[in-house]
Amino acid sequence: MIRRKQALAITAVIAALSLTAACGDKGDDGKKGGEGSSNAAFDAATKGVVNPSDKKGGELKLWSPQDVDYLDPARAYYGFVWNMQRLYIRQLLAYDSKPGADGTKLVPDLAEALPVLSNDGKTYTVKIKDGVKFEDGTPITSKDFKYGIERVFAQDVLSGGPTYLIDLLDQGQKYPGPYKDTDPNKMGLKSVETPDDKTIVFNLASANSDFSYLLAMPSSSPVPAGKDTGATYTNKPVSTGPYKVESFTASKGATFVRNEHWDPKTDTIRKGLPDKVSFTVTTNPDDMDARLLSGDIDLAVDGTGMQQAGKNKVLKDPALKKNADNPFTGYIRYFAFPQTVAPFDNIECRKAVIYAADPKSLQNARGGPTSGDLGANMLPPGIPGSDKSYDPFGLTKGEPQVEKAKEALKACGKPDGFETTIAVRNNRAPEVKSAESLQAALAKVGITAKIDQFDGKLSSSTIGSPENVKKKGYGIIVMGWGADYNSGSGFLQPLVDGSFILPNGNNNYTEINDPEINGLFDKAASAATPEAAAPFYTDINKKVMEKALYLPINFDKAFVYHNPRLTNVYFNDSMGKIDLATVGVVK
Amino acid sequence: MLVYLIRRLFNVVATLLVVSVVTFGIFFAVPKITGSDPALMYAGRETNETALAGIRVKMGFDKPISEQYLIFVKGIVAGRDYNTGVDSTHCPAPCFGYSFKTETPVWDLMLDRIPVTLSLALGAAVIWVIAGVATGVVSALKRRTAIDRTVMVGALAGVSLPIFFTGMVAPAVLVYGLGWLDVSNYRPLTEDPGAWLNSMILPWVTLAFLFAATYARITRATMLEVLGEDYIRTARAKGLTERVVIRKHALRSTLTPLVTMFGLDFGGLLGGAVLTETTFSFQGLGTAAVAAIGAGDLPVIMGITLLAALFVVMANLIVDMLYAVIDPRVRLT
Repeated sequence: MIRRKQALAITAVIAALSLTAACGDKGDDGKKGGEGSSNAAFDAATKGVVNPSDKKGGELKLWSPQDVDYLDPARAYYGFVWNMQRLYIRQLLAYDSKPGADGTKLVPDLAEALPVLSNDGKTYTVKIKDGVKFEDGTPITSKDFKYGIERVFAQDVLSGGPTYLIDLLDQGQKYPGPYKDTDPNKMGLKSVETPDDKTIVFNLASANSDFSYLLAMPSSSPVPAGKDTGATYTNKPVSTGPYKVESFTASKGATFVRNEHWDPKTDTIRKGLPDKVSFTVTTNPDDMDARLLSGDIDLAVDGTGMQQAGKNKVLKDPALKKNADNPFTGYIRYFAFPQTVAPFDNIECRKAVIYAADPKSLQNARGGPTSGDLGANMLPPGIPGSDKSYDPFGLTKGEPQVEKAKEALKACGKPDGFETTIAVRNNRAPEVKSAESLQAALAKVGITAKIDQFDGKLSSSTIGSPENVKKKGYGIIVMGWGADYNSGSGFLQPLVDGSFILPNGNNNYTEINDPEINGLFDKAASAATPEAAAPFYTDINKKVMEKALYLPINFDKAFVYHNPRLTNVYFNDSMGKIDLATVGVVK
Repeated sequence: MLVYLIRRLFNVVATLLVVSVVTFGIFFAVPKITGSDPALMYAGRETNETALAGIRVKMGFDKPISEQYLIFVKGIVAGRDYNTGVDSTHCPAPCFGYSFKTETPVWDLMLDRIPVTLSLALGAAVIWVIAGVATGVVSALKRRTAIDRTVMVGALAGVSLPIFFTGMVAPAVLVYGLGWLDVSNYRPLTEDPGAWLNSMILPWVTLAFLFAATYARITRATMLEVLGEDYIRTARAKGLTERVVIRKHALRSTLTPLVTMFGLDFGGLLGGAVLTETTFSFQGLGTAAVAAIGAGDLPVIMGITLLAALFVVMANLIVDMLYAVIDPRVRLT
């Protein structure tokens, strides 16, 4: 009796499954490929513009399994939110809306021209364009920029966003932000001057070639003081771009509609093609992939790429694959070796771990070759000064180097290996798998590694606390890192500059504090242009690698599928994502 | 009856107070005892002392834990202000807390999510009760026939197959395969009833399939047991028609355990049908709770826990009242 019941149940399940498979194919045929001529091809959007068009109309449907952190420009820190902010807020400067390396160049946005620098490189003077307005039609003035920047200083109210501006503009003033400002006009930050409504002057304490990048960050956006609602400004920020926020519900989504006070003549970066942009937070990434493939939605805007099931489906079908790309995300996945935890105070012990690792297995742990190119050093492609071919430990050969590892172990006085702990965030499956891969590889040379999975939400107080790292004996830490802005300092400084070692929220896990490296950062900062600073970063990268403090896993890539109806599709190298500034939905 | 109701309502309040003390303790007292700082969870990627201090003041973490709890309870009744000294956010009553991550009162978030979960739970409950009880009764009456076996195999499948499986197969068949339904997101009933219905059918069926199966099996088993009772034989001996025997005598007794189960199931479901909501990308209370857990948004987790507890105790209260209606032997005193 039971057997008959089981047989029936099994038959029913098999029948349903076959139907699923069959239906899946049928369903996709309906819409895939899109209509009309297209220059779509696999990875084409990483090299050029796919489906160029200036046609307006339609609704751009963006989905994401992750909610925005904040819509407030002073508080947003997620890369994909910065991309979405290109829809509704503008800064003095912005990354150009062009594919490839051209997209990493800064161009004037609300500014008339690039900043005029004084001879000593300490003073930046910027003129604001004529005819630029907020969504209520009020002209944008220099005071709105100053106020927007001052808000970043009010960390007690508006935390979450980057604080580089405080580092450079406070200059010992201890400015508390506009809410505690004693100046009647709330214009008390001394380093920023507004001689007239069209001019804004930034006085730095010392020259800094990266300052222009900071002016292009959302945290440098203008905010009208009269419309600032403090902590809740994030629910309805005032727009300066082609779209304004119509509605926003946290952890659910947002809709953006046209901002009639945006004048396209003042904007060389954005096209403002769709009539409406919707953003939906989903709880089911696989369902999101199915909707993408069926043409129901346009783009997974978080930019982390498809789930394994969706990816496999696209890779097998050339008609789908031509709408997919495999861009670098600008991230590096790596292991760091804190020097405060023995035996990682010994360079030879660190080298032993690097040589013992199995790079191919680590790459597979992250999802195979489409998840990234084998890591060779600590400066990812796309950042000025990077050199993907620089591979001092031969990691791109893809094989563990057991003999070299054993030699290194002998040299460090531990020929029979040693014991250590790998710390890994428990909410990142690929990182946990990477830790397991390294654990297995280390076992082959006699190194016993215990894996400690900690609560990923508490990174800043677990691995971000040097005291805790030492106490827990975390000899190896698994992490990922992407630049806040597209320069060597934006990427490397928080990781390897000694002055960035913090008691909490530390990212310099290895606690590298080398006067030579720190000095190179200072030299790079005083370079006249980002291009002139690039060789210093090449040098820093080499010096860091020579110390064997990091084991790079891969230069991260995402596998991104977009709806074939999307126009002007390209990946902007400044963020490793499809640039929302120009995307349209009508061919 | 009135006295009974008042007494039970006091019990409801007491239960909720106990739940609130326990959850508040877990979320806010335990971190304080273990020395971890809840403010760190809110600080985001860029942690600095000024930000942490601001969060502590705004969320009241700087106050003794008993005072924090009293302020929380008072907030539910009278509302409260979250004040950093320079920036104040009002959280009107019923203030179930304030999400620092999203800068919104927890009640606003729950209010936005309740219609989704309620739509899901109500519709599915109607389907599963009707389908489950009907098939259970038929199966019991047609015991050991082909109908009985077929229905019970279906029920076995319903109980065994997880929601995320049926939730995947159902759209594959009904949407992509047969084209009977469109791919759709949740649309509020008040906005577009047609679109609401279209978006609800699949989740209802998927969720109801799971529950209906259990109800069918229990109805069948209870019914068979009841049919063997002496009073059924007496009823039949009195010359009552089979229809009256089944409807008036057997089914009524069968319903009692089902109603108890229904109270717990339905109350629990109102607190969030996590798997169904996740599978169909519905933004209900369940997915809000999961997202809040992922993000460490303690006030949201706490608010939803309390609301879920409220639903369960209220559903049980209603069930207890229903006993008196279903079973004439029960008197509410």
